[in-house]
Amino acid sequence: MTIAAKSTAGPTGRSSPTRSPGRPEGRRFQQLRYRLDLKASPYLYIAPFFALFATFGLFPLAYTAWVSTHDWSLLSDEHVFLGLGNYRTLLSDPYFWNALGNTLSILLLATVPQLLAALLLAHLLTLRLRGQTFWRMGMLLPNVASVVAVAVIFSQLFGRDFGLVNWVLESLGAGRIDWQSGSATSHIAIAVMVAWKWTGYNALIFLAAMQAVPREVYEAAHLDGASRMQQLFHVTVPMIRPTIVFTVIVSTIYGLQIFAEPQLFGGGGPNGVTGGASRQFQTLTLYLYEHGFNRGFAFGYASAVAWTMFLVIVIIALLNYLFLRRIRSDS
Amino acid sequence: MTRPATVAAPTSSPASADPRRAGRTALPGRPARRARARMRALREQPGRLVYLTLVGVLFFSGFPLYYSFVVASRDNSALAQVPPPVLPGANLVENVERVFATVPFGTALWNSAVVSATVTASVVFFSTLAGFAFAKLEFKGAKALLVTVVATMMVPVQLGVIPLFMLMIELEWTDTLWAVIAPGLVSAFGVFFMTQYLRGALPGSLIESARMDGASTFRIFWQIVMPAARPAAVVLGVLTFLTSWNDYLWPLIVLSSPERQTVQVALSTLSGGYVTDQSLVLTGTMLATLPLLAVFALLGKYMISGIMQGAVKG
Repeated sequence: MTIAAKSTAGPTGRSSPTRSPGRPEGRRFQQLRYRLDLKASPYLYIAPFFALFATFGLFPLAYTAWVSTHDWSLLSDEHVFLGLGNYRTLLSDPYFWNALGNTLSILLLATVPQLLAALLLAHLLTLRLRGQTFWRMGMLLPNVASVVAVAVIFSQLFGRDFGLVNWVLESLGAGRIDWQSGSATSHIAIAVMVAWKWTGYNALIFLAAMQAVPREVYEAAHLDGASRMQQLFHVTVPMIRPTIVFTVIVSTIYGLQIFAEPQLFGGGGPNGVTGGASRQFQTLTLYLYEHGFNRGFAFGYASAVAWTMFLVIVIIALLNYLFLRRIRSDS
Repeated sequence: MTRPATVAAPTSSPASADPRRAGRTALPGRPARRARARMRALREQPGRLVYLTLVGVLFFSGFPLYYSFVVASRDNSALAQVPPPVLPGANLVENVERVFATVPFGTALWNSAVVSATVTASVVFFSTLAGFAFAKLEFKGAKALLVTVVATMMVPVQLGVIPLFMLMIELEWTDTLWAVIAPGLVSAFGVFFMTQYLRGALPGSLIESARMDGASTFRIFWQIVMPAARPAAVVLGVLTFLTSWNDYLWPLIVLSSPERQTVQVALSTLSGGYVTDQSLVLTGTMLATLPLLAVFALLGKYMISGIMQGAVKG
């Protein structure tokens, strides 16, 4: 509101103190300025975003494709064109397939239970609770911790000798588990880290979507005698399907790029980069990191990994989308 | 997603499904009262089981963080005890001192603060600027450009790390904080978020009347849009700060000398030693997480509203 008072001086007050509104050139200049301001300003305002994003986001991603067709290393200035050579090497490397399998396994173990739990939690949060903000804050708390912190803390909890999880298992009569050394067990441990950090976050997203569902729909369902759980799965889930699709896709994109959790679970040292002594939990990003930054900077090869990952992400996101659309048309 | 198991026909007796509701619907009285009772039943007071579940969830949310504090306040040998310690010990100060002696943790905290503050300020400013243009200014191609912004939100830019690293070598920015700051200066999510907010929060008439008064577009931005955007700016700021503070892969790649590390990289250095000293590592973790917990305690409410707003509109 202060603008009204101040703007009597006008923006043109800045431009030239000698300006006299009566003179025609002065007015023409003013008009020109005004039109220029109106036309150019919007582009000027969005330019920083697009310029910076193109430079540090899109260009590198696109350039990755070019680098991936070369034998390109930081240690040599010569970049020999290989065509799809790097991709052939990649696809015939059993370690790559191992990493892909591990990544998908961790993704499934982390995402499916996490989103189901988030749905149930969100459902609870729609109830008329005392201290709503408190419960919501409590749910979001894990999301505040960094992935590094989460990985470090859970590596301790899942420790073989002094981990709390094993202690609990032992006092329940089950044996100790060497979480890190097994393939399935290490995937579970890593999935727990991911799920712990993101369940509450996703619950809040679901909650927001659930609150937008009109009350009358529930009333109708209630009158038809649908139980709470039936309401959740037959009313809420179909109604918030777009949000579910969104969350599944975002979680998938995130899950396919998991890096810090397995790296630190392996101790951060050489075992971290390979994802365990027998690569039992090496993910795709770890594999990329191993070739690109840990072993002679094979940028060409690592770029082929990155681009392949990109394709995998796009394909899986599409599959998710199509699959979730099918669910709607089924019911 | 698995198909729900509760496909039982809705005709299955409602009384057996939920005794509380059975009690409610059995309320005597006129239809109006019964309708009201039904409404109440829909949003009935949650039972003890609900609260018990929530308390359990809260326990699992908080316990790992609490436990890291327990370990951080004890010496390493305490971990070998049976049963393991669940209460804080007396070694916290000593452990903190050891963290600062092992890695330049103070510098790392400072570096992270500089990076996160710069990134946050930049993202909020440029997002508000672009959001204002998209929400309230008319220009050719606005729709297509906004669609581009939304599409780029999904792009896994993390996969561009190799050329990004090469770019930083060209610019001679490797092992400087600039290398970490530059890629974070703008965010597609931020632009989208601000566009959505300003669309609703800024009356077009206000801008029109300012124009009538002869205000330039930038003046309108500075004196009308910026103040109006403040609530959303806080939300976006908190979310951006957290993301930036917690960033790991890129700083790990591009920063090499110990005095350039961010907190997350310092933490991984701390935990990567051959002889792992858990109480040392978890003390570092605690120190790195405490600033975030403080931010969360102060501004967590805004974070929640930000996440929930993003969800509805996203």
